Amino acid sequence: MAGELVTRQQALPPPGENASLIGWARKNLFSSWFNTLQTLLALGLLALLLRPALVWLFEQAEWRVIQDNFRLLMTGQYPIDQLWRVWLCLHLLAAILGLTWGVWVRGWWYIGGAILLILAVLAALARDPAVRLHLLILVGSALFGVGLGWVGGRRLLGRTLTGAWVLYFPLVLLIIRGISGGEGEFRLVPSNFWGGLLLTFLLTVVGIVVSFPLGILLALGRRSQLPAIRWVSTAYIELIRGVPLITILFMASTMVPLFLPSGVTIDRVLRAMVGITLFSAAYLAENVRGGLQAIPHGQYEAAQALGLSGFHTMTLIILPQALRIVIPVLVGQFISLFKDTSLVTTIGLLDLLGIGRSILANPQYISYQHEVLVFITFIYWSFSFLMSLLSQRLETALGVGQR
Amino acid sequence: MNQPQNQLPEFQKSAPLWRDERVLRIAGQVLFLILLAAAIVGLIDNMLDNMRRQGLQPDFTFFRLTSGFDIGEHLIPYDRTSTFARAFLVGLLNTLLVSGLGILIATLLGVFFGVCRLSTNFLVRQVARGYIEFLRNIPLLVLLIFLYVGVFIQLPRLREALVLPGPTLLSNRGVAIPGLVAGPTFQTYRLVLVGALLLAAGVWIGLTWQARRSGRAPLTLVWSLLAFLAAAAAGWIWLPSPPLILEPPAVQGLRVVGGVTLSPEFMALLTGLSIYTSAFIADVVRAGIQSVSRGQVEAAKSLGLPAGLILRLIVFPQALRVIVPPLTSQYLNLTKNSSLAVAIGFPELFHVSGTILNQSGRTVEVIILSMGTYLSISLITSALMNWYNQRVRLVER
Repeated sequence: MAGELVTRQQALPPPGENASLIGWARKNLFSSWFNTLQTLLALGLLALLLRPALVWLFEQAEWRVIQDNFRLLMTGQYPIDQLWRVWLCLHLLAAILGLTWGVWVRGWWYIGGAILLILAVLAALARDPAVRLHLLILVGSALFGVGLGWVGGRRLLGRTLTGAWVLYFPLVLLIIRGISGGEGEFRLVPSNFWGGLLLTFLLTVVGIVVSFPLGILLALGRRSQLPAIRWVSTAYIELIRGVPLITILFMASTMVPLFLPSGVTIDRVLRAMVGITLFSAAYLAENVRGGLQAIPHGQYEAAQALGLSGFHTMTLIILPQALRIVIPVLVGQFISLFKDTSLVTTIGLLDLLGIGRSILANPQYISYQHEVLVFITFIYWSFSFLMSLLSQRLETALGVGQR
Repeated sequence: MNQPQNQLPEFQKSAPLWRDERVLRIAGQVLFLILLAAAIVGLIDNMLDNMRRQGLQPDFTFFRLTSGFDIGEHLIPYDRTSTFARAFLVGLLNTLLVSGLGILIATLLGVFFGVCRLSTNFLVRQVARGYIEFLRNIPLLVLLIFLYVGVFIQLPRLREALVLPGPTLLSNRGVAIPGLVAGPTFQTYRLVLVGALLLAAGVWIGLTWQARRSGRAPLTLVWSLLAFLAAAAAGWIWLPSPPLILEPPAVQGLRVVGGVTLSPEFMALLTGLSIYTSAFIADVVRAGIQSVSRGQVEAAKSLGLPAGLILRLIVFPQALRVIVPPLTSQYLNLTKNSSLAVAIGFPELFHVSGTILNQSGRTVEVIILSMGTYLSISLITSALMNWYNQRVRLVER
């Protein structure tokens, strides 16, 4: 019997295919004449596109325009003496992200390490001592977070971490906005001073945080047994999903003032936030509904059999499972929300893209379209890409589809 | 235990009205509707109030007034003496044009890159992956502005226009491609086309009738299409001179003569929408192909089918069922995203609506009308795609 077990080994692949580079290339690139043709075509295409792109990127492009306007691109016209508040938000974010990494992610160290290394190099290169200090604090708080998370572990810190994420976003809004009145260190900074990447982030964050509960309510409403609530929810969702975001933003910026009683005014940024939230809620509702539909009916029946009320059935049994299923989809939704915030440019807000365009309108920088737009594209791309990587990791960490 | 067991307790005989669940449900819904209606009425009341203060009243008749502005590109005759309604129609047609062409190109590119993403060739796979990952993670608006500001209006001036085979002229005035012009015999040829259409319809009806009699499914669509093409080609040859002439564009002084000139705005919008959506379609196609079980491909291989036929006859028909629903929403996204043209100045529906709004000052009416139009386009498209989806589903075994 023992002999049979020994012979049940898996056969090793022939050495040529995996061991050597040539073997690998022959299998993956040149296995047939058609395959070879594909390889050559792809190589030709790459050479045709990449070479001029690289030459432009490293030799022709003049990145001075980005250097000169870096602060504008990042924070818009946020008062310079109040910039420490933006930094404070970043430090908190670094700590929470580090904590998440230590508690949940626990892998992909090379990516985390690369980000920290880039920050450290930037700190070494920074000319402004204040910026250098802040960058170092950033690295420090991220490392602190990772360490704490690693030591504390999932059981101890899991709940705390969720709470920290939930609390973080309102806190950021408070820090950025400040407390009304006064000239002190924590004075009010009206939203028309918010701009650049900061505004992009704030719009995204508000969109996510406010539309999330709204979306869940709408999803539950659409599955409700009460026809009036079901019809109203369905009508709202289909109406919003049927029109472009830009029309909703436009409506929010021109019609919301009309809807309000006279004398009440709300500022432009808030109007944009209202538009984005109303839009995002409808899409979130559809995603959440997908999760709700995936929960087998037995779960409802079991909850009923235990004597749970409708409210408790939802909050304790159904929603936790449904939301876990749709986490990857939700992250995808948040990525597209992040990208969609660029549309506020069309109603005259100065988010990252809007500030970029206003820089290009300056006669001094009018011929730097490529540099500015490539830089903006790079920022949007890197954040979206990072988020999608994180969502994949989260998917495996939460065991989506494996329970 | 004074009470006998088999008698029902008092409260189960008839619950009072305020504790009867059925009554409560209805009451709750009525209350909900009343609150909702009150909120909406309140908002509208505010709106009317505010409008009255500005001396306005909701009124759609202004659409019959003269617009007084020009639109650069129009598919139907239009000038500044036309009405607002006609301007709106011009915008709608431009939206439909760019969406239709965009959907076509995006589908072709998307299927191409989706298949490349699953290629056995490592390099092809990675190139497709780079294309998809790049486009999926940038905002469309940035792409559109880059294409417009950074590419299409930075092409050389007309005198130094780049000439591609075709001939196609690339300049900062736009892209000039050859156009079809009606020849002297075009009137006659239209009759020929009508005849060909009738023939095709005849073939269709005949084959359908025969199919119902014999119980075998012939290629109805293919045969009627062939009949139409054959009749059309025969007419083309039979006429003394060709009814449609291909007219190449040519530079004459400061403008292009002949052919069709597509403006930089249109080109930027079309290119941007197509490649952006193609990345999403590529992912949809990839997921669809991957949903076809491996055994199907292996079985086809063991039957000796070549790779191209496996894809066309085995994989695609089965993948289509998974692909169609998300593909529909991508098509709708593309149509809705065409409204971003407002940032680069192509006169589609939303852009024209904005101009109408500025000219007439009728905020509410214009917004309601343009949102309603987008909503109708969305609903009609999804109704059509649902119908198609059901036809694809009929194949299911």
